[in-house]
Amino acid sequence: MIHIAKTRIIKGIVTRHIDSELVGRIESIGSELKLLIIKKFGRSLHIREVDTGSCGACESEIISANNPIYDLQRFGINFVASPRHADCLLVTGPVSKNMLVALKNTYEAMPGPKFVITCGDCALNGSLFKDSYYIEGAVKDILPVALHIPGCPPNPMQIIASLNTFFQKV
Amino acid sequence: MVSPEIVARIKKVLLDFNPLSVCQSYADEIALKVEPRDFKDICLTLHKILSSPIMMLFACDERKVRGSFIVYCVFVDFRNGQWIIVSMDIPQENPSFDTLAKSIHSASLFEREIWEMFGIEPKENPDLRRLRLHDEVWPKENYPLRKDFKITQTGSLSDYKFFRVEGEGIFEVPVGPVHAGIIGPGHFRFSVAGEPIINLELRLGFTHRGVEKLFEGKFFADVVGLSECVSGDSSFAHSLAFAQAAEKISGVMVPVQANVLRAIFLELERMYNHVNDIGGIAIDVGFSFPHSYASIIKEAILQLNEKLTGNRYLRKVNVIGGVTQGIDETKKQLLIDSLESIKYDFNELLKILNSSVSFMDRVDTTGVLRRKTAEDLGVVGLVARASGIPTDLRKYFPGVYGLTKFKMVTQESGDVLARLRVRISEFEESICLIEAFVGKLVKPGDLRVSPKGREGSALGYTEGWRGPVLYWLETNHAGLIERCKIVDSSFLNWQGLSFAVLGNIIPDFPLCNKSFNLSYSGNDL
Repeated sequence: MIHIAKTRIIKGIVTRHIDSELVGRIESIGSELKLLIIKKFGRSLHIREVDTGSCGACESEIISANNPIYDLQRFGINFVASPRHADCLLVTGPVSKNMLVALKNTYEAMPGPKFVITCGDCALNGSLFKDSYYIEGAVKDILPVALHIPGCPPNPMQIIASLNTFFQKV
Repeated sequence: MVSPEIVARIKKVLLDFNPLSVCQSYADEIALKVEPRDFKDICLTLHKILSSPIMMLFACDERKVRGSFIVYCVFVDFRNGQWIIVSMDIPQENPSFDTLAKSIHSASLFEREIWEMFGIEPKENPDLRRLRLHDEVWPKENYPLRKDFKITQTGSLSDYKFFRVEGEGIFEVPVGPVHAGIIGPGHFRFSVAGEPIINLELRLGFTHRGVEKLFEGKFFADVVGLSECVSGDSSFAHSLAFAQAAEKISGVMVPVQANVLRAIFLELERMYNHVNDIGGIAIDVGFSFPHSYASIIKEAILQLNEKLTGNRYLRKVNVIGGVTQGIDETKKQLLIDSLESIKYDFNELLKILNSSVSFMDRVDTTGVLRRKTAEDLGVVGLVARASGIPTDLRKYFPGVYGLTKFKMVTQESGDVLARLRVRISEFEESICLIEAFVGKLVKPGDLRVSPKGREGSALGYTEGWRGPVLYWLETNHAGLIERCKIVDSSFLNWQGLSFAVLGNIIPDFPLCNKSFNLSYSGNDL
């Protein structure tokens, strides 16, 4: 701990590794997004994420969107632990038969008004897995989907940009 | 043909050992075909003399061609750097075989898999509950990996029976399949007495997508992308193991430069996952600062991946016969410079972790997986190394790693701290390896050769960041895939977790879980 304090005093805040161009893009899209969130949701948007059979790459990118470089939280978007706290359900992966009930239950557990976002190509139409015997099909056939974020996996910048475009339209 | 050494070694123990055929199709693969009645004894003997867990145990439906099912069992011989593949025919009427699970624990899950997917009964296996085809949604007697499987299902549904710990004051805590974090789905059922966990039963299979079936009937080149989507954070290891199996069947020699590049990318994948887990272990004890620091390093590596290959998860790099792109002088310089700053940041991260006494106190002696337990369970990869088992495919099947001074990392204590230390040492080792490999990159020559489809079967293997990733492929005369069996190390290691948490309190479970960090999708396929 002393080490941290010492480094902090000697060096000040050192933000390393970040491309200044990337920071500019995050800031400009982020500030727009923040205003939209304040306007449309009062102050913040709470998202519950459900994996219905994804490979884990989409999860990894959603986690990356929360890291200190992108830091979705500062724009008013929080990922929450319970569907009871959520305004929005974020679904990744093709819907495996085993997850169908869990997906529906999670959606039902959310208080209204609520909406659903799908993330990644698998969630749109099953992508590589659509011919499988164990895939129920697209998320949009099961729940009403308001927005799809394309990509395999979409990178954090794409996630932020898609959300921004979406809230501008609604 | 000279019979391989392994036959003599088996004969020393099993005097009447008489295989139907012995065949060494590749330098690193020995296939033994045996009578069904001898199969069990031979597997038990190999398990003993090689002290190898069962790396794979799987079936193939060859009823159309040969009128029978075939069951394969794969062991690894570290001393000679070879894979021993034992196989037997199983007649198609009332297919069954003697269970290995009563003698070798790691056979149990594989046998349950064979039973649910093919309907071949492991006789006297005490636990035949289905793993991936959940009883609530998939009627019994629909075996999807049989060739004559039809998607219309008939039959009734039932419920899954969990093991139940009984007694005064015992209560159950069910968790999942939807968890609190941004993570894959799985169901954990804890039986606790007060705080300590007495039993943990895992029920996985929620992300089952029928991957193995999707490989069938396709050409190699069309399904490299599918292999990348088996487990998202091991995309490169999976496509590499798949490509290696396909290359062995095609009989092509991959250029050395391509192999060096593959090793660099494999190590980059290891680095971003290890640093992610180091941060994850910190956040699971509520220490958020190093987690943020680690996630910056992870992001730096992901961005480096993107600059080098165009993809953050190193997808679309591997093709059958080589890699799609090389590393030119500018990229080489970028890689070296980035590694330098990553190394500096990583050392800072270690200083933060090491200077916190309360953090060290939490991870020390938590979630111990003792060496004996680990050996009995047949645990592999990073988890095994943290419990003191020297097992690393990079050491025993070196390939291009032979060009470097690769050091295998092991720890003795088997707790969360040991797994953390293995990660830290492997991260540092990976940096050294990449630096060594970059020195081996010469002027770009051919990075890929074009493969030909052929009939045959082969095993592809690589040491991903979790542990070995194995692909067994079989093709027909047209070059189409007949069977693709995938074993991610998560499949072998999940059982380790349920033993490591025993005696720990439930609040420490996320910590133990993170220190294993196994793949849901790699396990569920």
